[in-house]
Amino acid sequence: MSDVRVRLVNLAKAFDGETVLDRINLDIKDREFLTLLGPSGCGKTTTLRMIGGFLVPDSGDVLFDGVRINDLPPNKRQVNTVFQNYALFTHMNVFENVAFGLRISKVSEPEIKRRVSEALELVDLPNYGKRSPTYLSGGQRQRVAIARAIVNRPKVLLLDEPLSALDLKLRKEMRRELIEIQREVGITFIYVTHDQEEALTMSDTVVVMNKGQIQQVGSPIDIYNEPTNAFVADFIGESNIIRGTMLRDKLVNFSGRDFDCLDGGFASNEPVDVVVRPEDIDLSVINGSDGSGRLCGTVRSIIFMGVHYEIMVDGDDGFEWMIHSTDPVVPEQRVALNLTPDDIHIMHMTD
Amino acid sequence: MKKLLSVPYVVWMAVFICAPMALVVVYAFSSAGGGFTMRNFQDSANYANVFLRSLSLAAIATVICLVIGYPVAYALSREGERLQSVVMMLIMLPMWMNFLLRTYAWMSLLENNGLINNFLGLFGLGPFRMINTQGAVVLGMVYNYLPFMILPIYSVIVKIDPSVVDASRDLGANSYRVFTRVTFPLSLPGVLSGVTMTFVPSVSTFAISKLLGGGKELLLGDLIEMQFLGSAYNPQLGSAISLVMMVLILILMSLMNKFGGGSEDAVLL
Ligand SMILES: Nc1ncnc2c1ncn2[C@@H]1O[C@H](COP(=O)(O)OP(=O)(O)OP(=O)(O)O)[C@@H](O)[C@H]1O
Ligand SMILES: [Mg+2]
Repeated sequence: MSDVRVRLVNLAKAFDGETVLDRINLDIKDREFLTLLGPSGCGKTTTLRMIGGFLVPDSGDVLFDGVRINDLPPNKRQVNTVFQNYALFTHMNVFENVAFGLRISKVSEPEIKRRVSEALELVDLPNYGKRSPTYLSGGQRQRVAIARAIVNRPKVLLLDEPLSALDLKLRKEMRRELIEIQREVGITFIYVTHDQEEALTMSDTVVVMNKGQIQQVGSPIDIYNEPTNAFVADFIGESNIIRGTMLRDKLVNFSGRDFDCLDGGFASNEPVDVVVRPEDIDLSVINGSDGSGRLCGTVRSIIFMGVHYEIMVDGDDGFEWMIHSTDPVVPEQRVALNLTPDDIHIMHMTD
Repeated sequence: MKKLLSVPYVVWMAVFICAPMALVVVYAFSSAGGGFTMRNFQDSANYANVFLRSLSLAAIATVICLVIGYPVAYALSREGERLQSVVMMLIMLPMWMNFLLRTYAWMSLLENNGLINNFLGLFGLGPFRMINTQGAVVLGMVYNYLPFMILPIYSVIVKIDPSVVDASRDLGANSYRVFTRVTFPLSLPGVLSGVTMTFVPSVSTFAISKLLGGGKELLLGDLIEMQFLGSAYNPQLGSAISLVMMVLILILMSLMNKFGGGSEDAVLL
């Protein structure tokens, strides 16, 4: 493919004998908004630092436009970074911060003026040039950091959890702004976060990582609807994950019952993880012995979450089920859990 | 409650800082009989050459300390943590030895038939006249006050956020540019307090010039000491000279602060 901008080939890294990245392979396309998503310590920053040139891989290659750049120092790469803590220069005002890269590359003074104002305009800080970064709010600092990076017109922008220091409301606002900025400047964004909502709402492509390995690459919709394993299912949104056995194609046994499902291609009697999303479960209240033959349980607790209720049910199968529903129930009530075949997702077990 | 807590501090300040200062000021404007006079300041002017010598020797020593101290502090900040603490110990170690003792040690090294000349004599060199020169005085200042240059610079440099250095590299700066545009400007507060902490004691020292300078090249410290303890007993003149020295130092420091672009508290550090 010709429009691959960054390609990671068997990228590996260990610190003190501890494997942090385990042979990662990834293609990042031109103008793509790609997000590395995973729990803390899974190697997201490490991956980003290798693309930025701050870390040398133990083995494997980083290719940029098809050229191996493993040994190219950061100052020679057409990549700019928005750091996790912004890393603004406190001894310069906002204008000089943004102008830093342009001054290094000896851009003429009038052009520096023009491009810096453009960049500050883009991040919605037009009259902030003379301010000191020390006295800016978190959101403003973050925007200065973005302006400082994109003013250099890099081909790729790396962003390491840029919104993690902001409050929820500002974070949501900045998400939208970041997407707009990315469209406007038309460059590749490689975005790191451990917030699944951020990943799903902003990205073209989500890369789910765990323990230095890529678990799944796909569009947000694919990742959400078709998680490849229980880890992804659990990490992306909440899930009920139950041990089960695949009897044959489209028939799975769990909770002591056989269920029709849509998945196939497993060995017969293969142990599997069965994933059921909390919002896919349909609850119905039962009286007396109504529920015979169905999966039943007793409501343990119900919490109002805003849009929906989060209901915990102690299943008769011994499993604690989580259900999201807009209809309230009361604790101690007997309920049946109704599952249709497309609510049931079967996954190979991972160790 | 807060006010109460600050009482000991205020008392301490009053007794040990303000009272002596007030005394110096009162003395400086008093004649031997006790009346008000400007006479002491006119007399101080006679010692302009001593002022000049003190300031210039201290300035030379400070510059040398900076030239040696900055690279040491910078290099040290880039080493591993273990090495950093070991070297820091070594730098501090001489400071735990008595100041006079250290300076006496230099005396015996520099003397005409001291260790250095004896050693050079083995090769048929020398003897060189080293003791009782201005050079020896500057050497003494550098030796004694170098740690005061290294420490503040080092402690500022190690606190510079590594991601700021990463950011400047990310924006295209090579090592030289990273240093001139980011590391050095960010370390200026340390430089300012280092310069202050070496310059001020160098200007007012008297032991060093006495022991290594042979007392021939009178420095401000010697001059003041003479007025209080020495043959020329005249505390009023001594106070006036101290006051002028203090004002000169204050002016120099605030000028430096202004042009160094540092913050106020750097000097106070
Ligand atoms: N310079 C280093 N020396 C030693 N270990 C390191 C170093 N950098 C990272 N690690 C380790 O590598 C692992 C992955 O770190 P990394 O910073 O890539 O995680 P992350 O996915 O970015 O996590 P977070 O979401 O918390 O930022 C961690 O266990 C970390 O302790
Ligand atoms: Mg990280």
